[in-house]
Amino acid sequence: MYCVTLAVQSIQPGLLANLVKTLTLSTPNPHRLPSKVAREDEHLLVAAAKSGDITAFEELVNRYERKIFRLTMNITRNREDAEDAMQDAFMKAYSHLDKFHEDSRFYTWLVRIAANEALMRLRKRRPNQVSLDEPMEGEDDFIPQQIQDWGPSPEQRYAQTEMRDILRSVIDELPPDFRVVFVLRDVEGLSTEETADAVGISEAAVKSRLLRARLKLRQKLDRHFRQDGKH
Amino acid sequence: MNCDGVIRRVSSYIDGELEATVVEEIEFDLRECQDCTILVQQTRLTVHLYYDSDLVDFPVEVEARLHETLRRKIRQDRK
Repeated sequence: MYCVTLAVQSIQPGLLANLVKTLTLSTPNPHRLPSKVAREDEHLLVAAAKSGDITAFEELVNRYERKIFRLTMNITRNREDAEDAMQDAFMKAYSHLDKFHEDSRFYTWLVRIAANEALMRLRKRRPNQVSLDEPMEGEDDFIPQQIQDWGPSPEQRYAQTEMRDILRSVIDELPPDFRVVFVLRDVEGLSTEETADAVGISEAAVKSRLLRARLKLRQKLDRHFRQDGKH
Repeated sequence: MNCDGVIRRVSSYIDGELEATVVEEIEFDLRECQDCTILVQQTRLTVHLYYDSDLVDFPVEVEARLHETLRRKIRQDRK
């Protein structure tokens, strides 16, 4: 702390402001949704990219490539398909930028393109596992049979890498129908309407699948988190 | 509302999508039922743990191939 204070005191005020700005800009937190400032910045980048500024489009790619790969990977669970879907999504976004009317955020528009690309590949590989139908009434396998306390916060009981492995293995076990909806709604933060639009199902079907996905995940996490169940 | 009704609405409940009268009925059940209370807490925590979670690695070679593909596409489009 002493060294940091000395170093800061020896910097002129103007330079300090620039240093803070540089640090803030160069260390974005990938775990947070873009702030209002970032959203306005996104709007400027889109406008520049639309007018032919390649650097602005590259900046948008740099900003979202990791998230888009996460999305396509979470949907397809196949690295080759995920990479192809991501590449095609960015190429389509570039080609159709003039058709993006900015009635939604660029990121949301991009997610919809990427989700479509990923779903196309998933449906090709597993044609009978991603239906457009709503689950049948009476399919009650998501109703929990037994409920046990997880005890003190599981987030504190597990190391970050251990928690990451648990979450990854559990989401992998979800049927694709449910996983796709859960990923779009709860990992990527799309609205019910946007999710319905991206998957091509009704909003009622999104809600129904989301309920089942959340309860199935809870049930699977229960194996790891229940107080007497720590491996 | 019985526990089965709470389970079927837990998702809409934590998303704040239910009408006030339904919320009241659920919260009445939650005051009475320990299992339903735990279920709501655990479902909420499940959603929280996954939100914007970084469970997928982004390999440098995948990133490099993306940039190369895009550069090629942009060059082609400009010809």
